[in-house]
Amino acid sequence: MRKSLLHHRGLGLWALPLLALLAAMPPLLMALGMEFYISVLSRVLIFAIAASSLNLILGFGGMVSFGHAAFVGLGAYTVGILMDAGITSAWIAWPAAMLVSALAAALIGSVSLRTRGVYFIMITLAFAQMFYYLVISLKAYGGEDGLPLPARILKDDAQYYWLLLAITAAVMFALQRLINSPFGRLLQGSKENEQRMSAVGASVFAVQWQAFIIAGALAGLAGALLANMNGLVTPHMLHWSQSGQLMVMVIIGGAGGLYGGALGAGVLLLLEEVLAGYTLHWQMALGLLLLAVVLFAPQGLGGLLKRARHE
Amino acid sequence: MSEAMLKVDKLVKRFAALTVTDEASFEVRAGEIHALIGPNGAGKTTLIHQISGELKPDGGRILFEGQDLTHAGMPAHVRAGLVRSYQITSIFKRYSVLDNLALALQARRPGQASWWRKAVADEAIYAEAEALLATIGLQARGSQTAGRLAHGEQRQLEVGLALAAKPRLLLLDEPMAGMGPDESERMVELLRSLRQDVTMLLVEHDMDAVFRLADRISTLVNGRIIASGTPQQIREHPEVIKAYLGDEMESAL
Repeated sequence: MRKSLLHHRGLGLWALPLLALLAAMPPLLMALGMEFYISVLSRVLIFAIAASSLNLILGFGGMVSFGHAAFVGLGAYTVGILMDAGITSAWIAWPAAMLVSALAAALIGSVSLRTRGVYFIMITLAFAQMFYYLVISLKAYGGEDGLPLPARILKDDAQYYWLLLAITAAVMFALQRLINSPFGRLLQGSKENEQRMSAVGASVFAVQWQAFIIAGALAGLAGALLANMNGLVTPHMLHWSQSGQLMVMVIIGGAGGLYGGALGAGVLLLLEEVLAGYTLHWQMALGLLLLAVVLFAPQGLGGLLKRARHE
Repeated sequence: MSEAMLKVDKLVKRFAALTVTDEASFEVRAGEIHALIGPNGAGKTTLIHQISGELKPDGGRILFEGQDLTHAGMPAHVRAGLVRSYQITSIFKRYSVLDNLALALQARRPGQASWWRKAVADEAIYAEAEALLATIGLQARGSQTAGRLAHGEQRQLEVGLALAAKPRLLLLDEPMAGMGPDESERMVELLRSLRQDVTMLLVEHDMDAVFRLADRISTLVNGRIIASGTPQQIREHPEVIKAYLGDEMESAL
C-alpha cells in the first residue's frame, strides 16, 4: 500500500497475540494468586478508552482540551443517577452515558472551538470545573461524598474484565478507522495547517466539533464503565487533576500515535501500582518519567517503539 | 467584451481609525488574467483577504458570478469557485507533496466526509493528485516531504493546492515572492499554461511578470483603485505614473 504520513497503521496481525495475551490474564493472575491485578488491568482498559478519546482531539486534532475528565464524570454520573432511579440495564445506561457526554461535548465544543491556544485550554478547563461544582451541588446524589451504585453489572471481576477487553478492542478498532478515514485526514490536516485547510474548502470548525463530540461520547463510555466497576461515582472523577492525568497519559504514550493513549494509560497506571507499593512519593518517579519523555521522546513511548521497529 | 465574473463594488475595510480599503471598485472578466498592482502598503493583501472570504469587509459588496459573497465565509467562497493562494507559503510541510494535493482535493469534496472508509486507498483522489502534480511541474517530487522542497517548488505547490480546490477564479497573492529569475520564469510559464482553464486575479510586485501575463491591470493606491485598463493604458496613465514615481514601475516602463 502507498505510504502516507496521514495513514496510521495499527498493530496489524500483532493485535491478535496481544488480544490473546490480555484475554489470558485473569486465569493467569488467579493461578499466581494475584487476583487483585485483574481490577488493575480493568482500570487500564477503561483509561485506555478515555485517554485514546483525548488523543483523538489532542494528538490528531491539535485541540489541547484540559477538561476531558468532565465527560468521563458525566458518563459515570449518568449511570449512577439512572441506577439510583432503578434503571440498572447496561444496555440503556451505557448508551445514555455516551449520549449525555456527547451533548455536553457539543455544548462545550461549540463555544470553546471558537478560541485557540491558551484560551482554548482555559475555557475547556472552566467548563469542566463548572460541571465539577454542579455534581457537588447535587445533594440528592451524594454531593461531595459521591453516589454509591446499588447493583453491579457483572458480579465476577474476570467476566467484567473480558467485557471491558472486548469493548476496548472495538473502540480502538473504530478509532483506527476514524483516524484513517477522509474525516480523520481533514482533522489531521486542520492540526497541521488550519489556514490552508479552510482555504481549500474544508469546514475546519465542523470537523473539529464532530471530533470533539466523538471524543466526549467515548470518554462518557469510559466513565460509565468505571462507575460500574467501582460501584461508586464521585465528584473527584470530574476534577481538573483527572483531566491532567489523562493528558499525561497521552503525552507519555505518544500524542498523535494510534495507541498512544492506551500505552500511556497502561504505563502510568501500572507504574502507579508498582511504585505506590514502595514509596508514598511515587509521583516523583512519575514526574521524572514525564520529564524524560518530553525531553527525549516528544512522540512518546509509542514513538520510541515505532522508531525501534523501523531501525 | 465578456461579462464581469467578479465585481468588487465600493469595498471598505477599516482597522480602527485606519481605512485600509477605501471604496475600492473593479471587475475581473471571465477568462482573463487580471493583475492588481500598487505600491507597498496600498492594501493589496487586505483586499485579497476580503475577496477570498478570510476577512469581512465593513462596507461595499463582492459579487461573484451574480452571487453576493460579501459576508460569506471562506468555505462558501471556495464552493463558489473563488480560491486563493498565499504570499507566505502555506502548505502541509510534514506531508509528502502528493499527500498535500490529495488532502486538498479531498477537502473540496462536497458532503460529510466518511468516518470509516480508508482514505489512503482512494485511488480516484490519488490519480487526480498525480495529474495535478504534472500540471504544476512537480511530477518528480511526489514522494518528497513538502517542507524540504526548494523555495520555488514550494511556491509551485502553493499554486497546486489552490488548483486542487477547483477554482473558477484563482486569487494569486504574489506567487513570485522571493523567487530568483529562473524560478520566476517557471512560474510565469505555469500561470500561462493555466489561463485556458481558469481566470486569475494576480497580485504581484514583479512588474516584468505582470506586464507579460496580464490582460488587464488595476492599480491600487491607498486603498482605492485609481485606474483599471489594458497594460498599455496603465503604462500611460498619469496617476499611476505619479504613484509609482521612483518605484519599481520605472524600470518596467
